[in-house]
Amino acid sequence: MSVTAALPRSRRGLGLALGGAAALWTAAYWLNGRLWDRVLHDWAGLAPEARVTETVHFFLYDSIKIALLLVGIVFVVTVLRSYMSVERTRALLGGRREGVGNVMAAGLGVVTPFCSCSAVPAFIGFVAAGVPIGVTMSFLIASPLVNEIAVGLLLSLFGWEIAAVYVGAGLGIAIVAGWVLGRLGAERWVEPFVFQTTLGGQVVDTTAGLRFDQRVQMGVEEVGTILRKIWPYLLVGIGVGALIHGWAPEDLFTTYAGPGNAFGVLVAVLVGIPLYSNAAGIMPLVEALHDKGLPMGTLLAFMMAVVALSLPELILLRRVLKLPLLAAFVAVVGTGIVAVGYLFNALLA
Amino acid sequence: MIIKVLGPGCQNCKTLERVTREAVAELGVEATIEKVEDYPTIVGYGVMSTPALVVDEKVVLAGRVPRTAEVRELLASA
Repeated sequence: MSVTAALPRSRRGLGLALGGAAALWTAAYWLNGRLWDRVLHDWAGLAPEARVTETVHFFLYDSIKIALLLVGIVFVVTVLRSYMSVERTRALLGGRREGVGNVMAAGLGVVTPFCSCSAVPAFIGFVAAGVPIGVTMSFLIASPLVNEIAVGLLLSLFGWEIAAVYVGAGLGIAIVAGWVLGRLGAERWVEPFVFQTTLGGQVVDTTAGLRFDQRVQMGVEEVGTILRKIWPYLLVGIGVGALIHGWAPEDLFTTYAGPGNAFGVLVAVLVGIPLYSNAAGIMPLVEALHDKGLPMGTLLAFMMAVVALSLPELILLRRVLKLPLLAAFVAVVGTGIVAVGYLFNALLA
Repeated sequence: MIIKVLGPGCQNCKTLERVTREAVAELGVEATIEKVEDYPTIVGYGVMSTPALVVDEKVVLAGRVPRTAEVRELLASA
């Protein structure tokens, strides 16, 4: 058969291309770590200890480092995730009871490829398939909260312990918050048209039956899409991070959100909710603030508040959820994030 | 041929519509392209990840933005 005869050859070509890309990536990452000291100090003649030098160094080094990390993380995650789909997740969750369902939904929220712009059709689809509202909410909370880009960046910048803490805390919040919302009788506050909608026709599994080269192609395209979408946030984040790194006085942030201030986590979460950015844009800020002595629990809470609770997504969800449920959603998730912040400040101190 | 682009109006949906128009122009087929933004109707097709492409009432693609060449193949085989 022509298809099976063609496969090994394309596989080898694909393997070579992937191997070459990985080698290039590693070389670029290695070079970025060594290049800027030489460029700024030796070639441009800037004094190594000057504030301007440190600010410029942070900006150049971090821009390229985070861009490289993003390319690697987004590609690998997209290819891996292409083996899951919202449709398969819903089939797994259909008929689950609360409790076990919340745990499964939170876990699936992490591994299912999902864009928050699909939050509404997914919500309707889940409910129409008999998935309880609280379980559906666990999925919708976990999906942006335990963001794969955030996890990948934390892993590369702060080590696996912090990344594991972040994943565990995010899952915990999604499970508990979804369960609480279910207990509150959330059905009352769902727009009635949701219950009248029936799933028509055949349910389409979007990524089943793709060939491996098509999945690689998807990964490459996703890298382009993500970079195009987030580069402004990334530059703003790195710019602010670089300014903090070079110019902010040591005690500026520790006074308001440092280990000595009992309201530090609360302040960080309240500042984080209205900030609209994404995991990649917020990471250089977290890095700079960490250098300035802010505790990790406060920073994780800040990051979660930025990525999990965003106004655009709340406006989308308003189409299916009435205001009381939306308010309860923000309150329950916000409380969870604050609790996680205090817990980890106490544990990691 | 009746083609429908399903999606609430996000960036991906606009991209899919543009790609579909390109594919139709390249194939030179007679087709009307409609946008469907109403959620109950979208879910009524069994679609949970937007954007999605429906050709003659059959869902041929959902949850991602394909390249023009892929849409051309989908339309040619529909």
